[in-house]
Amino acid sequence: MSLDPQELEDLTSKIGRKPSSTELQIVAAEWSEHCSYKSSKKHLKILPMDGPLVISEKGYDSGVLDVGDGYVVTAHIESHNHPSAVEPYGGAATGVGGVVRDILSAGTRPIAIFDGLRFGDIEKDRHARWLFKNAVSGIADYGNCLGIPTIGGEVEFDKCYTNYALVDVASVGFGKKENLVKNHANKGDLVVLLGGFTGRDGIGGSQFASDSLESEDRSAVQIPDPFIEKLIIEAILEARNQNLINAMKDLGGGGLSCAVSETADALSIGIEMDVDKVHTRESGMHPDEIMVSESQERMLLITNKTKLKKLQEICKKFRITCSVIGYVTSDSMMHVKKGKKTLANLPTDVVANANLLDRPSKKPAYLETIQKEKKLKPIPDYSKMMMKFLSSPNIASKIWVYGQYDHEVGIRTVVKPGNDASVLRLDNGKFLSVKIDGNPKQCYINPREGAIGCFEEACRNVVCTGAKPIGMLDHLQFGNPENPEIFWTFLESLQGLTDFAKFFKIPCVGGKVSLYNETPSGPIKPTPLVGVLGLIDEKPQMPQQIMNDDILVIIGNTKDEMGGSEYFEYIHKFIGGKCPVVDFAESKKNMNAVLSIIQKGLLKNVHDCSKGGLAVAISELCMINDIGCDVLLEKVPGEELDVDHVLFSETHSRYLLVLKQDNLKKLNAFLKKNKVSFNQIGKFDGRQIRFNKNSKNIIDLRVDKAQKTWINSLRELVVHG
Amino acid sequence: MKIGVVVFPGSNCDRDMYHVLTDVFHLDAQYYWHEKGLPKNIDAVILPGGFSYGDRLRAGVIAAHSPIIKDVRKLAERGIPILGVCNGFQILVEAGLLPGVLLKNTSLNFMCEWTELVVENNQTPFTNQFKIGQKIPIPIANGEGRYYVDESTLEKLKKNNQIVFRYAKTVNGSSYNIAGVCNEDYNVVGMMPHPERAAESQINPVDNKPSSLIFKSLLNTIGVKN
Repeated sequence: MSLDPQELEDLTSKIGRKPSSTELQIVAAEWSEHCSYKSSKKHLKILPMDGPLVISEKGYDSGVLDVGDGYVVTAHIESHNHPSAVEPYGGAATGVGGVVRDILSAGTRPIAIFDGLRFGDIEKDRHARWLFKNAVSGIADYGNCLGIPTIGGEVEFDKCYTNYALVDVASVGFGKKENLVKNHANKGDLVVLLGGFTGRDGIGGSQFASDSLESEDRSAVQIPDPFIEKLIIEAILEARNQNLINAMKDLGGGGLSCAVSETADALSIGIEMDVDKVHTRESGMHPDEIMVSESQERMLLITNKTKLKKLQEICKKFRITCSVIGYVTSDSMMHVKKGKKTLANLPTDVVANANLLDRPSKKPAYLETIQKEKKLKPIPDYSKMMMKFLSSPNIASKIWVYGQYDHEVGIRTVVKPGNDASVLRLDNGKFLSVKIDGNPKQCYINPREGAIGCFEEACRNVVCTGAKPIGMLDHLQFGNPENPEIFWTFLESLQGLTDFAKFFKIPCVGGKVSLYNETPSGPIKPTPLVGVLGLIDEKPQMPQQIMNDDILVIIGNTKDEMGGSEYFEYIHKFIGGKCPVVDFAESKKNMNAVLSIIQKGLLKNVHDCSKGGLAVAISELCMINDIGCDVLLEKVPGEELDVDHVLFSETHSRYLLVLKQDNLKKLNAFLKKNKVSFNQIGKFDGRQIRFNKNSKNIIDLRVDKAQKTWINSLRELVVHG
Repeated sequence: MKIGVVVFPGSNCDRDMYHVLTDVFHLDAQYYWHEKGLPKNIDAVILPGGFSYGDRLRAGVIAAHSPIIKDVRKLAERGIPILGVCNGFQILVEAGLLPGVLLKNTSLNFMCEWTELVVENNQTPFTNQFKIGQKIPIPIANGEGRYYVDESTLEKLKKNNQIVFRYAKTVNGSSYNIAGVCNEDYNVVGMMPHPERAAESQINPVDNKPSSLIFKSLLNTIGVKN
């Protein structure tokens, strides 16, 4: 928990003297990788951040998008990987708390939570099962208590997360544009710490998260209290409505050190504060502990003397504590005192801006051979294999997870979890569709194309609801950046996301970088995660019950892109092969075509084709709608492929459309006119899911049996496994 | 005509309930903070769902000792319609205004899912527009939603017609599949499922009409003056 020798030298030369112990603690927290982004910041600039709907303000912890009629949507994503790997319940819960406060900081009400969870092989690894189960409980207990619906996300298991956990949480907020907090401060304004008591939890959490996970440092894990957070949300929103907040920032990594220095730096002010004024959970805390504690449910506010009394009244109503800990100065210094004694007096720009690094990068050796396919054992019985596939943890229904999340509270959830993307109604009559996606298996094989694939998949998911993508969140999770090979994969993924964002003009409205995701057994696979927000002006594509004789159409070519597929990795235990590559032009054409057809109201159902390929996507439609289907694989557009490749390739830019026979003519005409690659590949009927190729039956499943295994297997595994 | 929506620290369905009362059914509703009193001339009181006091100790038990509960009790005695939904139901039970207790679901998990209710008593202020046996598609969202009463109380409830709603099939292990009950005078009703989440077609994937009848029943009871 200290600076390295070079950083210590830099600090000493910048301030012209030897730093005090408190100064060292403050700077070590703020200059940690977690808070300073020192490895990544130089590179992140390539992402496009601007767009017609983006509202930028200084000091915001979340991205802001104008959704019209005087309303805004805010969004942010965070991870809580290290803490969750040690203490999954508290780690995951406080992950929710942190990102929700980022949304609150802009003055908007959090209206939805999304979680992306990744663990080791839960079929074989009991520890992974324990981590998974408790992380889900942590998210459920925290989000449910706040009354913010958790409406989407993803869960994935891969050996690379053994003894580790990736817990990513995104949140979306909504509010009136005029109510956004316009961060500003004047000399003499008061600095107020509001909410939970500062205690000895989460000490050094940001440094803990800036190193590989080798020991279980429990004191670095924060303790969750969703009830306090709920009170803070209501108190802050009431204070915002009365215009009592000049500036606001949540306390996250680095605690007070970071919140104070970053606020001062962003607003070009100085702050003088007294640690004795901070309300603490226990007496006798050392000032350094107070400055770096990451105790949860705390907000830093800047207000003035006339507004303070009203703010105190609101806090009294909600019985939460607020302490005036200092005031704004004009000298751009962060001055920390204990009573009359000065503990730290540092220029805010020095604290808030670590020296950025230019880390070396090198293409990993394994990538030279990874795309080669090897001869795999033939599958004797695809029906049997398919049943095993449907029960596998990555393919099985995640209802055991989202069934524990209150996904209805707030009464905005129009399209519920369990579909491609959930949809929320907004107060201006529009709808917001959000999805987060990652794909470490593909990113491992090709970090650039894999990252692009995640982005396209998230876009496809919101497009399936009829939404046009308007913004993205990225969360870049990698191992130790000091390893040039790992740093190379980071740069590649970032470049991929940038290329796609620029081509589709989707601005990056928020993001996060999480490095040092590794344990003594090695680094995680590159795991960039992409969240896409989509806006629907009129009405969303509501999933409708599929009936006998409804038609199944596929848009997009199926290609020989088996690398990183669930089929290769789960069934054949083979890591390698050609990673799916998104063709930008085709992607755009297909996306626009699907959006237009949805607007014409021709469709009953639109489903993305991704993990597990065509076979899984079609089976999902059948299982959800409790109906059989006859699929003709020879009709699937694309080059001639082996039957298992047609069934399980995870080629991007593909959509499954379900429609009534009556609408087929119109659909054909539209797609032909727009030169979209498509074909009618099946018809719904009966109680069997059948895949045939040239009159030969390949797969034949009973719908009810498939349903049972797909819906129950994850719960069985967690509860009884 | 005025309906009070009681807000406790940690209530989180208060705004949803308020929206449905005012924007959907055009009723005159007002929030009442738990430390404030309720006016004597109020026409109905609703205790919404949420996690009052973070469910500490036991769901609803701390809120049941809030100052406002004294007024709720007085209004209940006067026959004013009172509805507790989810945590509101737990509070009414803890306050002794309704019989039984709510225990952890048999799954031991929080459960959020759509289910189906069957109307058993159509003589309460919240069910008088239903037919007996009518089905209501509606979501539940709770961790402690398993209604429990002992055998003799159950017999008493049956005899007095105090069982208002039952689940159409077993959901969480509740005694006799009970989802909602009322007091002996029928004016105080508690239910675990959320009618405010099911009364609009946009968010109800099945049919919003049955849940709407809960609010229309109230409208019918207290009379519409606007």
